Amino acid sequence: MKPAPFTRYVPKTLDEALKILAEVAPHDGRVLAGGQSLVPIMAFRMARPAHLVDINEVAGLDALKVENGKLVIGARVRHAAFHKSVEKGALGALLATVVKHIAHYPIRMRGTFCGSLAHADPASEWCLTAATLDAELVAKSARGARVIPAREFFEGIMATALKDDELLAEARLPLLPAGTKFGFNEFSRRAGDFAMASSLAVYTLKDGKIAEARIGIGGAEPSPRRIPEAEAVVNGQAPSEAVFQAAAEAAADAIDPLEDHQTNAEYRRDLVRAVVSRALEGSL
Amino acid sequence: MTAKFIGRSVPRLEDRPLLTGRGRFAADISFPGQWHMRIARSPVAHGKIRNVDVSKAKAVPGVYAVWTFADVAELPPIGFRLTGLVELEPYRQFVLARERVRYVGEPIAAIFASDPYIAEDAADLIELDAEHLPVTLSASEDPGFFEDNRSTEATVIRKGYGDVDAAFKAANSVLSLDLSIGRHSGVPLETRGVIARYDDKSDILEMYGAAKVPHWNRDTLARMLGRKTGGVQLFEGHVGGGFGIRGELYPEDVLACYAALKFRKAVKWIEDRREHLIAANHSRQQRHQIRAAIDVEGRILGIEDTFFHDNGAYMRTHAATVPDLAAAMLPGPYRVPAYRVTGHIRLTNKTPCGTYRAPGRYESTFVRERLMDAIAAKIGVAPLEIRRRNLIARQAMPYDLKLDTLGTRIIYDSGDYAKLVETAERKFGARDEIMQRRKKGEHVGIGSALFVEKSGLGPSDLVRISLDAAGEIEVVTGSASVGQGIETVVAQICADTLGVDYARVRVIHGQTDRIEQGGGAYASRVTVMTGEAARRAAEDLRNKALTAAAALMQTTADKLQIAEGTISAKSGAGPTMTLAALAKTYPLTGEGFFEYKHMVYPYGVHIAQVRVDARTGGVTVEKFSVAYDIGRAVNPMLIEGQIAGGVAQGVGGALFEDFVYDANGEPLSVTFADYLMPTAREVPEIGILITEDAPSPLNALGLKGAGEGGVNAAGAAIAAAIDDAIGIPGAVTELPVSPKRVKALILDGTIADRD
Ligand SMILES: Cc1cc2nc3c(=O)[nH]c(=O)nc-3n(C[C@H](O)[C@H](O)[C@H](O)COP(=O)(O)OP(=O)(O)OC[C@H]3O[C@@H](n4cnc5c(N)ncnc54)[C@H](O)[C@@H]3O)c2cc1C
Repeated sequence: MKPAPFTRYVPKTLDEALKILAEVAPHDGRVLAGGQSLVPIMAFRMARPAHLVDINEVAGLDALKVENGKLVIGARVRHAAFHKSVEKGALGALLATVVKHIAHYPIRMRGTFCGSLAHADPASEWCLTAATLDAELVAKSARGARVIPAREFFEGIMATALKDDELLAEARLPLLPAGTKFGFNEFSRRAGDFAMASSLAVYTLKDGKIAEARIGIGGAEPSPRRIPEAEAVVNGQAPSEAVFQAAAEAAADAIDPLEDHQTNAEYRRDLVRAVVSRALEGSL
Repeated sequence: MTAKFIGRSVPRLEDRPLLTGRGRFAADISFPGQWHMRIARSPVAHGKIRNVDVSKAKAVPGVYAVWTFADVAELPPIGFRLTGLVELEPYRQFVLARERVRYVGEPIAAIFASDPYIAEDAADLIELDAEHLPVTLSASEDPGFFEDNRSTEATVIRKGYGDVDAAFKAANSVLSLDLSIGRHSGVPLETRGVIARYDDKSDILEMYGAAKVPHWNRDTLARMLGRKTGGVQLFEGHVGGGFGIRGELYPEDVLACYAALKFRKAVKWIEDRREHLIAANHSRQQRHQIRAAIDVEGRILGIEDTFFHDNGAYMRTHAATVPDLAAAMLPGPYRVPAYRVTGHIRLTNKTPCGTYRAPGRYESTFVRERLMDAIAAKIGVAPLEIRRRNLIARQAMPYDLKLDTLGTRIIYDSGDYAKLVETAERKFGARDEIMQRRKKGEHVGIGSALFVEKSGLGPSDLVRISLDAAGEIEVVTGSASVGQGIETVVAQICADTLGVDYARVRVIHGQTDRIEQGGGAYASRVTVMTGEAARRAAEDLRNKALTAAAALMQTTADKLQIAEGTISAKSGAGPTMTLAALAKTYPLTGEGFFEYKHMVYPYGVHIAQVRVDARTGGVTVEKFSVAYDIGRAVNPMLIEGQIAGGVAQGVGGALFEDFVYDANGEPLSVTFADYLMPTAREVPEIGILITEDAPSPLNALGLKGAGEGGVNAAGAAIAAAIDDAIGIPGAVTELPVSPKRVKALILDGTIADRD
């Protein structure tokens, strides 16, 4: 469990980082952020990057601010930054709720929000959050910058739309309107483990009826995503146990479940049913 | 002897270096110019070796040497330490694979390099060319072939007594259960490690990183390497957990020692976690098909059990120990008038197995207690009531089980099982809260399980003690410390025997150059065997001191006493003299030898309370309680620590830990993300009650062991609690119980999917 040889670069500016990344990307070069996913897989030699562009000292990537109705999260912002609400509205509260489910305290002190998105584990809580809230992901490279919508960003298990020479410089989450309700639930074998299924539900109430529902599911399919079938069930309905159950059924039917030695398709659907109804119940 | 320290939870003497960051574990030991060893392991579960190509590895700068089997062909396979049936010998493991590879992880080459990174780079370049052979992955399916004309069924053990056939004929009813225990093991925080060094000056091969059984390992290494016993010395440092698996003699230990001799270099090997999970002993995996004949009231008339023990790819040092113990200890605390057990010891293409805390008992207690629950359900009485009806009575002690294990006859030395069951039920068994919560729709349940433990395995222990002119006492034992607190316990016993402060007693263990023999630390033996030998040694020293002092003080020894290190007349009159002053003119030493061929048998009750999430199948252990009769508690705090640690491991085996393999024999549980150890969040509040109702009549202090009572019945109790929570008696037939399995049980069963 000693990693294979590699060269590490510690750029101080974004331009410098992008330049090095452009040079090393064709030769097994990669970004190193919090290292909480990359370092373990290097120790197992499942990843053998020859070059690491360590972004931990790059100036400006630590931004965490509200700009134009969006929360901007720079590439160096750690999970732990969200332990307390980072803004006064529902989004800050939502992030503070979700973050508690990510790994364990020491890992949250080091792992980054953007690193989670770039790593794209199907069960990542931040990936689910980004997908559910339709985040915008800002990719930068020596070639320029582009904004990728979350639904185009996640391309499968640990696969994203990022090119090898692109750095995920920041993620932007839309602030949530006043009165937004949300609920989150996940199931894992042990506290802090990657979820076997998770759900984030967000909606507003108009005249006592659910509107603009977003129901996302993580850990059950190769990438987290919103489930329109479940959203359609709740939109226009007053919140009730029956409505929530119906949405949970719709979500369980809609997914194409991942299977592994711990789960088969049927059980994964059971879990989705449970986490969706609980996320919705938790929103009340 | 006044009990000033025995019976008190005095602080551990071991703690200071550990808590101040001065622990010295295997990885902390280094010698100048040392070489680092890395083991290349088979990626193939079963294959005939055509070639192991080491050319690329040898070419890596910094690599000094690479060995394959041909380089170590003179070394015999590693032998058996316990229960070494001759018919098992063909199944022993060579230190590097010979002709075939039989599990993923089997050592195929050893690399020696200037640093561990380079050694690992080189190991990656070693290519195994093997003809793939069919894999055997289940011990209960038809056996395959270990080699041409040799079956994977290594042997069949049979035990029993009484007329089983007659019992089944006379039965009012017969129950049959098919039960399985998963593959898991002890996972000490400190992985294995060895630093071997040859000392030219003294012509001694030194091995650091020893644990558990240094003397046995010393003798075996000397034999394997063709050296005189005194030409090999083992040194134990701090040890980060043992649990049965750490400290056995493994291929890597032999390889490092052999290399130190061959190359005349210090050779260091530190196991990494991935290796640990595929290379160090696994344990537990068994499937039992048990039948019981019972009468109208649920009294057992006879038991017949056939089981399949999956020992992995080879027979290692423990040989038949685990299945033998499972077979012999299965009857537990109950009267079983007739018993017959057949244990098929089989090899599979998985990591070889050995003992793990409560070996054979975690397994057979699960089986027996599932059976008791089934009988209770059949008769329609409470689980504890059916157990009461079958318990061996206090008056029947000592109770001859008419079965042998580990070369000893099992005779329960003492016990009042019914009393402990009653106390445990009163203290931990309340159901009111559960009933309330069930009304609110929660699925909560309680399960209990009983067990008899074994401890104090002989045959003997030797202890020497000396007191110096500063009044400091040194106790040299041949025992070992795996972190359990032996220094403290032995010091407490010596201190009370001698009449000194326990903090002045320094206990040496695990150093083969300090004492010629030692049993080591396993089978909950240390407090009993080393403890009694130490008491005898201290008594010897005390007698000598009093005799010497009597001459100086012009009185007789029987009129003198020792308290707080000072000798004085019992009458209180006359002169006094300190032991330290006496030691200035008179050599104060003592020796104690304790030999006993019978074990001592503590016993206990486990009670688990669980909550089942009906929607996901998730199980939360809310409370876990243990009542345990220890005979005599030398240090209650240490016993509680042993029990709490055991419970955590028991919870792991019941719900989380599982070495899973795919259909090709590829191990899937090779990291802590896949091999799920319970964390602080999964381990419940633990209630512990230690009783001293049944001191052992077999040693002076009445001692019994504490090492394995926390884990023994945990799987059984949790299984029963899950049954109770979901309202389906007998639902759990397999450990570990995964949420997927619980969910399936719920869907197949009757309970409503709500919470
Ligand atoms: C025991 C344990 C439990 C865990 N449990 C959870 C959990 O429950 N939920 C969860 O979500 N995560 C969990 N994690 C993972 C953790 O959250 C990681 O921090 C996260 O997945 C990756 O972030 P990082 O900053 O550490 O990225 P790194 O490990 O540094 O990198 C991960 C990958 O992303 C790439 N990368 C990182 N940042 C960027 C960037 N800005 N632009 C382009 N590429 C980039 C790297 O090149 C690498 O391929 C766990 C980790 C551990 C060790």
